[in-house]
Amino acid sequence: MPKDHGVGASSARREDVRFLTGRGKYTDDIALQGQTHAVFVRSQVANGVITSIDTTEAAAMPGVLAVFTGADFADVGGNPAGWQINSRDGEPMKEPKRPVLAHGKVRHVGDAYAAVIAETEEQARDAAEAIVAEIEEQPAVVDMGKALEDGSPLVHDEIGTNQCFDWGWIEDNRAATDAAIKAAPHVTTLELVNNRLVPNAMEPRASMADYDPGTGDYTLYTTSQNPHLTRLLISAFVLGIPENKLKVVAPDVGGGFGSKIYHYGEEALVLAAAKKIGRPVRWTASRSESFLSDAHGRDHVTKIELACEEDGTFIAFRTETMANVGAYLSNFSTATPTFLHGTLMAGNYAVPNVYVNVKAVFTNTAPVDAYRGAGRPEATYSLERVIDMAARELGIDPLEIRRRNFVQPDQFPFTSAAGLEYDTGDYGALVDTLEEMIDRDGFEARRRDSAARGKLRGLGVNTYIEACGIAPSNLVGVLGARVGLYDAATVRVNATGNIAVMVGAHSHGQGHETAFPQVVADMLGVDENSIEIVHGDTSKIPFGMGTYGSRSLAVCGSAVVRATDKIITKGKKIAAHMLEAAEADIEFTDGQFSVAGTDKSVGFGDVALKAYIPHDFPLEEVEPGLEETAFYDPANFTYPSGAYACEVEVDPETGKVTVDRFAAADDFGNVINPMIVTGQVHGGLAQGIGQALLEQTTYDSEGQLISASYMDYAMPRADDLPFYEVDHSCQTPCTHNPLGVKGCGEAGAIGSPPSVVNAVIDALHAGGHTHVTHIDMPLTPARVWSAINS
Amino acid sequence: MYAFDLERPGRIADAVKLLSDSEESQPLGGGQTLIPTLKQRLAMPERLVSLTAIPEMQGVCLSDAGEVCIGGATTHATVAAEAGAYPALAALAAGIGDPAVRNRGTIGGSLANNDPSACYPAAALGSGARIITNAREIAADDYFQGMFTTALDEGEIITEVRFPVPEKAHYEKFDQPASRFALTAVFVAKYADGVRVAVTGASEEGVFRWSEAEAALSADFSAEALSGLSLSGDGMISDLHGSGAYRAHLAKVLTGRAVAAAR
Ligand SMILES: Cc1cc2nc3c(=O)[nH]c(=O)nc-3n(C[C@H](O)[C@H](O)[C@H](O)COP(=O)(O)OP(=O)(O)OC[C@H]3O[C@@H](n4cnc5c(N)ncnc54)[C@H](O)[C@@H]3O)c2cc1C
Repeated sequence: MPKDHGVGASSARREDVRFLTGRGKYTDDIALQGQTHAVFVRSQVANGVITSIDTTEAAAMPGVLAVFTGADFADVGGNPAGWQINSRDGEPMKEPKRPVLAHGKVRHVGDAYAAVIAETEEQARDAAEAIVAEIEEQPAVVDMGKALEDGSPLVHDEIGTNQCFDWGWIEDNRAATDAAIKAAPHVTTLELVNNRLVPNAMEPRASMADYDPGTGDYTLYTTSQNPHLTRLLISAFVLGIPENKLKVVAPDVGGGFGSKIYHYGEEALVLAAAKKIGRPVRWTASRSESFLSDAHGRDHVTKIELACEEDGTFIAFRTETMANVGAYLSNFSTATPTFLHGTLMAGNYAVPNVYVNVKAVFTNTAPVDAYRGAGRPEATYSLERVIDMAARELGIDPLEIRRRNFVQPDQFPFTSAAGLEYDTGDYGALVDTLEEMIDRDGFEARRRDSAARGKLRGLGVNTYIEACGIAPSNLVGVLGARVGLYDAATVRVNATGNIAVMVGAHSHGQGHETAFPQVVADMLGVDENSIEIVHGDTSKIPFGMGTYGSRSLAVCGSAVVRATDKIITKGKKIAAHMLEAAEADIEFTDGQFSVAGTDKSVGFGDVALKAYIPHDFPLEEVEPGLEETAFYDPANFTYPSGAYACEVEVDPETGKVTVDRFAAADDFGNVINPMIVTGQVHGGLAQGIGQALLEQTTYDSEGQLISASYMDYAMPRADDLPFYEVDHSCQTPCTHNPLGVKGCGEAGAIGSPPSVVNAVIDALHAGGHTHVTHIDMPLTPARVWSAINS
Repeated sequence: MYAFDLERPGRIADAVKLLSDSEESQPLGGGQTLIPTLKQRLAMPERLVSLTAIPEMQGVCLSDAGEVCIGGATTHATVAAEAGAYPALAALAAGIGDPAVRNRGTIGGSLANNDPSACYPAAALGSGARIITNAREIAADDYFQGMFTTALDEGEIITEVRFPVPEKAHYEKFDQPASRFALTAVFVAKYADGVRVAVTGASEEGVFRWSEAEAALSADFSAEALSGLSLSGDGMISDLHGSGAYRAHLAKVLTGRAVAAAR
């Protein structure tokens, strides 16, 4: 029987009522008395020296209140990278300043170098057009390989190179890996591109700043996945506004996918402007601005080698990757290609040798940072493509070659050759489940049916493992993080027994407002509808590192559990007093505090009321009130895993790929709300299939983004996608967090691209096009057709 | 968007007068192309003259000569619903954009714009339609003059389009994955006096007739009749969605499929 409430129930997403009826309240919906409008002037060239900016005419135009250029921010700090990465030779990474507004030089198309504040947006726009900037265009560098050549144009002259770092993982394993590959009976080599993606959240970035001259307090309403981190960056690094004078509010946020983790210059600009003019200043990105200035995702060029025995036993993986960081280091950009990628390069496999080299490269393109999956999709794609290729070369069934190499259930906890300690998993069980889902026996009949219609059918499979619940502070600290990655929650029980839970996680589509109450309701034995989740406001929540890396439930949810535990402990104290019993004798089950071995009990609601009407409290032992806070910092990452399968039909005459079937078997540990988990997988699969088949971010050699609108950038639509088969019945609970959860937000996007591409290659081979061993994503009709005809 | 005045005349004559009054006037159909252009500040007309309130320019009818006649301001949705006498044309209209676009976009706007990847130009050229304006009648063969270029004069408006109904026809569209305009598409129509084949989305010159295919199909209306033919990729559009050679290849594949599907 499916549960109808509490943990394990598919409670309907309560937030959807407001989202689906147009009552969500997004940053752009907020209107403040006297508000003004900011418009940014953005570079049209990818690389240029700013020789002069004349703002005189603009400043004198109707409605204009202020004009800013990079010079106005020359003395404030840069927006920093959150992770310090060292090169193989021990040199720290190159970390050029990322200013609020470009100063002296523009480094990518869309790089903002001036801003106008005016009474109306149209007036600001008119004035922005009247700013006369002389920008001496210089040769741009877009291609990473060229950027690393001697004599390449430089993105940042002051660092003298376009290489940010040259990182090895694990450097001590390099020689052994090289030797193993040299001696191996079979080596499969694959060069591939993990295509750059534009995040395309439905809601574009937006910010509004308010400054109160009476108190000196600033408020920033902004589209953020982590308001406390934004506040910290602005306070500690960029503007120096003390944290106690800056409130950051991220109200409803219409999707982030990573792009709204980071602090952006526009946020600092509106804050500075609001102070200068003494009125609120607002800005909402146009879709074009989003394309040009949101942090993009992926963009790796990789060579991967898999060495194995003739029977398919893996001996070594060696990877060389160039990772594009764009023109500036965005906050997580240095962590994504390294510790979220290199550490996963052993996959689900008990392979003895792994070595990864990543060169991060500056180019005259928009900054690149974490995007749903962040590093782990890149790792999964490289591994699962080269494994598929090896299986084909060796004539081994693609699921079988994976099975032969899996870490076995009795090997956990297992330290992988890439250095992570996987706590639990059962990869063979996932593959068993997958095989039940995909009707493999019926495949040949379906293939014949396709052939009768002139289509080539292919089956592609892959597995994945990810490191989620992005935390523990001690581990990420060793890996170079400049922040801690715990989370926090406060549980406030009101006098009348209903509850507010203030969480550091930020929900921008994930369903926290529904899932978190399920956890608390179960623990306290109360109705989940009496519990409210409060998030996204630094003045209301204790602290929080926000939502990304599938961490909300695993890390923040665990903080909620810890805080609720404290509520129960305190409730026992109060109940002991009410029942005139010893605290040690109080038991709490199903919302009742009772004295062990007696029929004396008192309900949770009565205890809550008592906490706020403490007429006869023993005040030396118990304080009034019922509110507790916990900070939770886990012992390890969590390790969700899965096995995916995709069936495609390829039209060999046009190259068009249609995804006909898709099955995903995931192990997320315990599941709090199966419907929400299914929804998260669906969304992730759409993004993964979008990456595999549709999404193409193309800069020309001059650094112009030629896929800068939906006319050219193909987002997946409903009819591009099949009905998915999704299963999360394989559950090996996480061993180190109190909920036993692993995280499900990114899995679909991480796990799906390889099986789509593997399926297309399989289809082409079945059609006799055996010369096609690889096609780079996205597998557009034109690319597939070219591959067939190459 | 820059500020502009909006007029909504109720008669063709008034619209023409408003358009000729000032050089900075421009007709507005469904706005599906023009409004995004204005929003991006890529055009700054002083006055827009909406054509959608003119009853004479609305609706679909069948003429005595057996032509399907469509008012110049008729929306794609209306054509999809009411041009049943010419099924291939109705189906083409039903496949343009999405419901919002079809409920606003008009046939006159589409033909006036002559986007090289648009659908209606293929139907008009492939059917040998007559484009009726406030001033004259233009044969489709004379009307399309290259990408975004037509025989229309400044201020001239399309009031009606007349399509001779063929024995059989089909529009085979291969979607550009992002915009879902035609990456390449082919309109094939079989008339008593011969077959017409119009290709859109492919050439740098905009929609064109593939005369070799027309000759072959006029002799033998079957996909096999195309087997010896090919188009060159030279002069074809080459962009991130496909090379000229790919488009030339698609044009042939789609022509064959259109022939096979023609009803
Ligand atoms: C999301 C989207 C998807 C689309 N998909 C497709 C597609 O798949 N296939 C396709 O063919 N098209 C597609 N379109 C374009 C659509 O068909 C529009 O109808 C077309 O672009 C213009 O028609 P309109 O009535 O909106 O013209 P407007 O945008 O109003 O005007 C376009 C131009 O024509 C002029 N004009 C308008 N009416 C007349 C007239 N009667 N006489 C003379 N000049 C006139 C205007 O001055 C302007 O220069 C799409 C558009 C959008 C926004």
